[in-house]
Amino acid sequence: MPRVVVDVMLKPEILDPQGQAVANALPRLGVSDVASVRIGRRIEIDFTGEPDLDQAREIADKLLANPVIEDFTVRVVGADETVDAQP
Amino acid sequence: MTARVGVVTFPGSLDDGDAARAVRLAGAEPVRLWHGDAELHGVDAVVLPGGFSYGDYLRCGAIARFAPVMEKIVDASRGGLPVLGICNGFQILCEAHLLPGALTRNQHLHFRNRDQLLRVESTGTAWTNAFQSGQEILIPVKNGEGCYVADTATLDALEAEGRVVARYVGGNPNGSQRDIAAITNAAGNVVGIMPHPEHAVEALTGPSLDGLGFFTSVLKHLVGTPA
Repeated sequence: MPRVVVDVMLKPEILDPQGQAVANALPRLGVSDVASVRIGRRIEIDFTGEPDLDQAREIADKLLANPVIEDFTVRVVGADETVDAQP
Repeated sequence: MTARVGVVTFPGSLDDGDAARAVRLAGAEPVRLWHGDAELHGVDAVVLPGGFSYGDYLRCGAIARFAPVMEKIVDASRGGLPVLGICNGFQILCEAHLLPGALTRNQHLHFRNRDQLLRVESTGTAWTNAFQSGQEILIPVKNGEGCYVADTATLDALEAEGRVVARYVGGNPNGSQRDIAAITNAAGNVVGIMPHPEHAVEALTGPSLDGLGFFTSVLKHLVGTPA
């Protein structure tokens, strides 16, 4: 069964202190070429029937994201989707 | 007749007991409201207390906003019901869009717990009419996600309309924009404040009695409001 994935990210203009803390820790791993880190949230929704993108959008807009500070994207993926590293 | 002030308990509320006590010390009758209540039991005002409603899951206040009792409170607030949101209650009011902006992780990422000086800037609200404009008060602050953010237009509008109720003085504990500690809606009946007035109502346990003013204000406001 396909699943709906909602990605929620802080808007670019909102300070992300968690991301900054992670970015500041990277030099301790010997990584020095990272300009910035932003942290968001991925939510997976399985509908009992066919995935309903409109309903997923409404869920995201009303509950999963706070439009005052966050943006979101909604997409359908296969249930067995693994996150592939981009080449 | 004694004013009846509702205090809501959500799963994970912490300061509902102190809020109810503050209501009583101010001379009103506290009425405990449950998050699942589908009615407000005839209360004259409501306090949304601090804590971690629904475990702060998703975002602070995001799930509490959909509690049955909140639907009633949102409706009643539009009709003028005085509502005070403290800490998590402030977060809930922002999530419910009764107040603009949002509260995010403290800029320095640390939980802050200390006695905090505030300057009361708007005394026209249902919850601050007992204060003098510009009065400095000392009440505890304790939050991890108390950094108030809004876009510049919203911040400018809040300032222009006199809706910044209180600002941090002597150090901003969480990075809130423009040192904002408390704001109100346009009508002045809904106030959100990040520090905790209910913890400053008795000499034995608080740094001052300054918090009591919020609760006596609403009684003053209710006396002046025709039923």
